[in-house]
Amino acid sequence: MSTSKANPLEARPIPSQVVRDDEPVLVAAAKGGEISAFETLVSRYERKIFRLAQNITQNREDAEDVMQESFLKAYEHLSGFQGNSRFYTWLVRITVNQALMKLRRRRPNVVSLDEELDTGEELVPREVEDWGPSPEDRYKQNQLGEILSSAIGDLDPSFRIVFQLRDIEELSTEETAEALGLSVPAVKSRLLRARLKLRQKLDKYFRRSEIS
Amino acid sequence: MNCRSIVKELSNYLDESLDITLKDSIEQHLTNCEDCRIVVDTTKKTIQIYCNSEPAPLPEDTRSRLHEALVKHLRRVRA
Repeated sequence: MSTSKANPLEARPIPSQVVRDDEPVLVAAAKGGEISAFETLVSRYERKIFRLAQNITQNREDAEDVMQESFLKAYEHLSGFQGNSRFYTWLVRITVNQALMKLRRRRPNVVSLDEELDTGEELVPREVEDWGPSPEDRYKQNQLGEILSSAIGDLDPSFRIVFQLRDIEELSTEETAEALGLSVPAVKSRLLRARLKLRQKLDKYFRRSEIS
Repeated sequence: MNCRSIVKELSNYLDESLDITLKDSIEQHLTNCEDCRIVVDTTKKTIQIYCNSEPAPLPEDTRSRLHEALVKHLRRVRA
């Protein structure tokens, strides 16, 4: 690798504002039988839950089933939700379980999250090139959505789901491990590979030399 | 600290889960290695882009079916 001087990076990724302050109030109201409170929670998270289900199943029809089943299951078991985690995290766990069940029924021989994958790949990227500032602004919103969706869809399921939970849904490493029945080292290993693979996939769209 | 070690620790570095000694060693390397700096920077950007991406609006028919299923379920539960 070449050498030159510049400041090292220090900030971590910006978290999205997935949880709002009123979430515990809505959950308490829904537990107390206030249906409109549960409907508010559904409206708030339906898009994210559908994307999660779609990214795991890679099938729109399955994703719709999974989303419905997940919200219904959440409502059924709401009285058992103790509030030890965020409601959204709990909902994500339910969705992941439903989606994995669906995926395994469809493709029983394909999805195995608990095997250690030996990719035999060289992790150190080659032909490195800077992306420049705000590379995502070079694309329209729908184009960017397609690029991101296609890149993550190309990942092996065991990488894709870990990245989805850790970096999109912002579960902790421990929560991700628990949701997927994996060890913490296995989650970390898959996350590193997923991040590097996605970086590589996005590189052709975002590298500085692509600016016309 | 070499380039391979940087990549191995990349996730831990971005997640700020390294002890200060290792973090300092990485940053020392990054000061002198442009390629590693680009890999760190673009990987961080990759995470940010996904993390900040808004999910597409739910198709109206999908949304209707979800809400119909909920209403049906809630009626059954209440009956």
